[in-house]
Amino acid sequence: MAKLLIDGKQYEAEAGQNLLHVCLSLGLNLPYFCWHPALGSVGACRQCAVKQYRDENDKQGRLVMSCMTPVTEGMVITLEDPDSKEFRATIIESLMTNHPHDCPICDEGGECHLQDMTVMTGHNYRGYRFKKRTFNNQYLGPFINHEMNRCITCYRCVRFYHDYAGGGDLAAFASKNHVYFGRHEDGALESEFSGNLVEVCPTGVFTDKTLKEHYTRKWDLQTAPSVCVHCAQGCNTIPGERYGEIRRILNRYHGEVNGYFLCDRGRFGYSFVNAATRIREPRLRRAKEGALESVTKQALLAELGAAFKDREKVIGIGSPRASLEGNFALKTLVGDSRFFAGVADKEAKLVSLALEILQDGPARSASLKDVERCDAVLVLGEDLTNTSPRLALSLRQLVRNAPLGLAAKAGIPDWHDLAAREIIQDEKGPCFIATAAATRLDDIAAETYHAAPEDLARLGFAVAHALDPEAPRVADLSPDAAALAARIAEALRSAKRPLVVSGTSLGSEAVLEAAANVAWALSKEGQGADLSLVVPECNSLGLALLAEGGIGRALEAVKKGEADTLVILENDLYRRAPKKAVDELLDTAKRVIVVDHTEHATTAKAAALLPAGTFAESDGTLVSNEGRMQRFFQVFVPKGEIQESWRWLRELMLAAGFGERVAGWNSLTDVHHAMLEAQADLAAVTAAAPDPSFRVTGLKIPRQPHRYSGRTAMNAHINIHEQKPPEDPDSPLTFSMEGFLGRAPSPLVTRFWAPGWNSVQALTRFQEEVAGPLRGGDPGVRLIEPAPDARKSYHSHIPAAHQPSDGELLLVPLHQIFGSEALSALSPAIEQRTAKAALALSAEDSKRLAVADGDEVEVTICGLPRRLPARVVASLPKGVAGAPVGLPDLPSVVSLPERVRANKAVVR
Amino acid sequence: MLSLIKTMWLVFLHSFSRRETTQYPDEMPYYPPRWRGRIVLTRDPDGEERCVACNLCAVACPVACISLQATEDEHGRRYPDFFRINFSRCIFCGYCEEACPTYAIQLTPDFEVSEYRRKNLVYEKEDLLISGPGKYPGYNFYRVAGLAIKGKGKGEAECEEPPVDPHSLLP
Amino acid sequence: MNETLGTLLIIAFVILGVLHVAPGLIWLERRLLALWQDRYGPNRVGPFGLFQVLADAIKMFFKEDWIPPFADKATFILAPCIINVTALTAFAVIPFAPGWSVVDMSVGLLFFLAMSSLGVYSVTLAGWASNNKYSLLGGLRASAQMLGYEVFMGLSLMGVVLMSGTFNLAKIVEAQQNTIWYCVPQFLGMMLFLIAGIAETHRLPFDLPEAEAELIAGFHSEYSSMKFGMFFIGEYIGITLISCLMTVLYFGGWDGPTFGISEGLALKLVQFGWFAAKTFVFLCLFILLRASFCRPRYDQLIAFGWKIMLPLSLANLLITGAALLALE
Repeated sequence: MAKLLIDGKQYEAEAGQNLLHVCLSLGLNLPYFCWHPALGSVGACRQCAVKQYRDENDKQGRLVMSCMTPVTEGMVITLEDPDSKEFRATIIESLMTNHPHDCPICDEGGECHLQDMTVMTGHNYRGYRFKKRTFNNQYLGPFINHEMNRCITCYRCVRFYHDYAGGGDLAAFASKNHVYFGRHEDGALESEFSGNLVEVCPTGVFTDKTLKEHYTRKWDLQTAPSVCVHCAQGCNTIPGERYGEIRRILNRYHGEVNGYFLCDRGRFGYSFVNAATRIREPRLRRAKEGALESVTKQALLAELGAAFKDREKVIGIGSPRASLEGNFALKTLVGDSRFFAGVADKEAKLVSLALEILQDGPARSASLKDVERCDAVLVLGEDLTNTSPRLALSLRQLVRNAPLGLAAKAGIPDWHDLAAREIIQDEKGPCFIATAAATRLDDIAAETYHAAPEDLARLGFAVAHALDPEAPRVADLSPDAAALAARIAEALRSAKRPLVVSGTSLGSEAVLEAAANVAWALSKEGQGADLSLVVPECNSLGLALLAEGGIGRALEAVKKGEADTLVILENDLYRRAPKKAVDELLDTAKRVIVVDHTEHATTAKAAALLPAGTFAESDGTLVSNEGRMQRFFQVFVPKGEIQESWRWLRELMLAAGFGERVAGWNSLTDVHHAMLEAQADLAAVTAAAPDPSFRVTGLKIPRQPHRYSGRTAMNAHINIHEQKPPEDPDSPLTFSMEGFLGRAPSPLVTRFWAPGWNSVQALTRFQEEVAGPLRGGDPGVRLIEPAPDARKSYHSHIPAAHQPSDGELLLVPLHQIFGSEALSALSPAIEQRTAKAALALSAEDSKRLAVADGDEVEVTICGLPRRLPARVVASLPKGVAGAPVGLPDLPSVVSLPERVRANKAVVR
Repeated sequence: MLSLIKTMWLVFLHSFSRRETTQYPDEMPYYPPRWRGRIVLTRDPDGEERCVACNLCAVACPVACISLQATEDEHGRRYPDFFRINFSRCIFCGYCEEACPTYAIQLTPDFEVSEYRRKNLVYEKEDLLISGPGKYPGYNFYRVAGLAIKGKGKGEAECEEPPVDPHSLLP
Repeated sequence: MNETLGTLLIIAFVILGVLHVAPGLIWLERRLLALWQDRYGPNRVGPFGLFQVLADAIKMFFKEDWIPPFADKATFILAPCIINVTALTAFAVIPFAPGWSVVDMSVGLLFFLAMSSLGVYSVTLAGWASNNKYSLLGGLRASAQMLGYEVFMGLSLMGVVLMSGTFNLAKIVEAQQNTIWYCVPQFLGMMLFLIAGIAETHRLPFDLPEAEAELIAGFHSEYSSMKFGMFFIGEYIGITLISCLMTVLYFGGWDGPTFGISEGLALKLVQFGWFAAKTFVFLCLFILLRASFCRPRYDQLIAFGWKIMLPLSLANLLITGAALLALE
């Protein structure tokens, strides 16, 4: 720590850190543009100038750029002296000479960093009389709106998009006053992280196009802390609501998880909450062949209560996308032995295996931040960009950051981005990617390996063996693979902090086991290893903690006549198990009750439909693939009869007459206490966030900003008498603008705002230190900690190598970031970016079948014959084909990999 | 004691002074144009809605009686989808007019806003829009803004250069 | 027979007259206050806004007559009646013209004092029965105020009694006709009586029992509809009564030029005209007082009564007695 004097006041700060970082961490107001905590300093905009003095007696001083100046012991600076203030005001004035007169119609207005900084420096009248420079805009796809006139040339967009996220299609063009940020031609931005431009851009050049559809200012959005439900990473988000609709999702900084950035699926996948396919009122099918009719809640509960008397005959099917509370309520309803995970048996087994590996093994489950701290990685079998995009972005940082040691050796601090990158040049952290087909991360990989799942597993086992001879040896390994394994092992061994990434997406237990072996072998080496296992859905791990067995077990029970009533929680079974099995299950059961928020194939077969709340309309807890338990909070009170799943299940129990155990469940906390009693391993659920009785100075925390407008007019056309704000028994938040206006504890931060900081950059006021943890600690509780001394025996079931057999193809699941996840796929913006379903064929196989790109191929997938266009993927190994998972135009692709036969379709 | 009597005398003398009040509605008083009465939405000189749905009036309103939703036409021109003022809450403070960056919302000298049913005091955009520009006849926001709309491309607004060709490296 | 009929006529005349004077006064007060505040006052309903009172009365009648559930019902209803009954009864002894009074009582003045003292029950009971702390405070203030001001009111009148040698109001008037209006020799007594009279009727500046700035509406906070109206009317009857007494006791009652008319009904009407005119002036004075003064603090009011007015009235009595003895 170094002592420094800022404006005559003594402070302490980390020596070597840049001055801007330090000033902002200390809560001082200093304007800046080109600096971004995640991107480092480049000293381009000259906005953060301060005056530095030789010592306390120096009266002259000199202007320095604070973002480029490291803190030294005894430093004397001032932010407030007239010279530096005038300098900063002049910089803003020159930036503003070309800025258009757009604020009223600009989506950034009200949360604009440029506005904030202009106000902060005091520049308020335009002195420049000459003409403004203009640009033509580009079409950048369904996510991002482009308005180039507003650009102040801070370069943050390109530095994020190109340098940080590895995107290749956004660049700076032209020169001097004509610098243009865009693509080489109109077209959708290719990067999966383009949405972050909205937050990275300090003004309104890149804005959220989906927000534009129903534009609302930041101050009018009712917001609550939430967790993304579109993959298992558990990124923290801030959804904003107005007039009963979710209007946008913003990133909610979490020091250990998502940091500053989200993926586009998480940011733009929210529209399902507003979709026409939402179920908003209870529905009942009175006759077997009749249609579903809307009924009142009372009528529905009376009907179901009567039919529900025989509790022994009810089976509950949980969901990996429903909250822990919902699943637990269902488990309480049907009893432990009749509660099944709403996934295929195979997936349930895979997730359980992943959980077991993390829980019992010595490797630490890595958070996203941990990933960025590692310096070598092996990715086994997981196309991260498509299955867990945010992890892919972190992996990119691992590769970028690992060689920062070179810069440190030259005396250049990490934050000095331009200089550090200059020294690093093309050096990359060792990253080995072994997948079925090429991935979007291959550009950062030291080496890639594309093979069938069995061969990927064999490679993993071989690496483990190379690291630790005690690990099982792989017989008949090809020399290439053996050499690769040796290189990978060497790279991992020489790393300070190696990481192994794998997951369930290939549907292969062997791959998971191989990854576990590698991590364990590394742990044995002494330096320890981080392990990140990607599971399919936002609460897959949580469900695995509650349920054993999947849909198959449920089907068995129904077939045996042990049950006749199914209660399905927030789940489309047709996406989980083959159509035949699900049809059989739903048709055999006498009564199918579905609790869900959106219509899908399963709800179409339900006898009764109960409208559940989405993540935005309910509170709950999710367990991410890191094993982090995180609470999401209700954002708004929906219209109609929508309520949390656990409330529906409780009412069902009460109506059926066996609700004595749940009668006392009046708030989320009551459910948590019941959960705590029932299952000790879920005890942390109460610690994930403060309980509803939490108050700051006796006040709840408001969801609406203190400037929330239109309260007395927004419903005046319906009812002139204003209603009292709805009560919230489940959280310490209120659906109003009244309450504690200061900084709430980190799990309850409803938005990032501080006086003078209306943009997302207000975040620095909520962090203990810039880019550090949130004040009071990052939210969430880690359920899974490694057992360092565990001497688990290695997995020894090594599969045989994949043998391309004549005429048969091994069909592996290929995930798509846009489309493979059911809920986000309902968003029109995501839909536009969803690639059409196609059958991926290797070059050899396409030659053998005599098909070219786009030719139709006939293939039977999961028991259903399909005609799909072919897509030749050169990286696929011979004899392996890929089918997209979960696409709306190709449902029921489950239980892959399987062996199929494909033929060129006869053109009719 | 004397002061009391003096007071009474002075008060009594008021019997002969002029009445300060006027006989409204028989005698209509003069209201200056900047009187803060009933709120209207004006149109720009081209007859288009001036309101660009920026929400500044709504946020400035101390009683939160303005509520609106922005939308856009197919050429990107922003306007309010609905615009509602609840006059039963309005306190005629004029902050909305002060906040309006486009001179769209204006307060008029009409103060006779009274209804038997409160609901009739809720004015929608159709009730608020007038056909002229009100107090600021010449102003047209979109003529000075950088955004392109129908009939005004990039670089065609006042005080703008034609769009830069990013492919050129010439100064 | 004829005499009885005459008396009944007078009773009817007094009751109807006084009850109509009260609402008239409301209009008069509002118009005069407006005049002195450079406004118009009620001028929309009927000629000169005269029907405003009618409209107000109708409104008053049709308002919800609400008795709070926590109030003492019987007393609550009784209270507003008392003030009207006592004030109206006191009118029985007022001689409007020679021979024109309900009763020609030899202790008329004492009767008036008795009745006006009874009036305080109305206010006190109303405050108590409302079962509301503000009302009770108003009632208590009223009784303390009455107690203080009643004492010297009676004493201040004794000067008049000494000079005229009678309690009979008609005889007092006649005594003034024969000598001089008592406002001259009894100027101090008159001022004391006027002040006491204002206090008796709780008119501004002595309206502390209802002091709306502190006590909501004091003793009648809980009253609505015509019960409130009765307090209202009672107050105006009280004002009229005090004005009548001012006329009778100090300004020669019906005494005045008769324009050569010397007998019969015409004479009585002229005399009554004088009486009414003088009363009207005092009514206007009451309103002018309200327009001019602000309300004193409560402790000032009580101290003023006991420490200044009481000694002054005793002094007045002493001087009058001494002067009379000296003149004899």
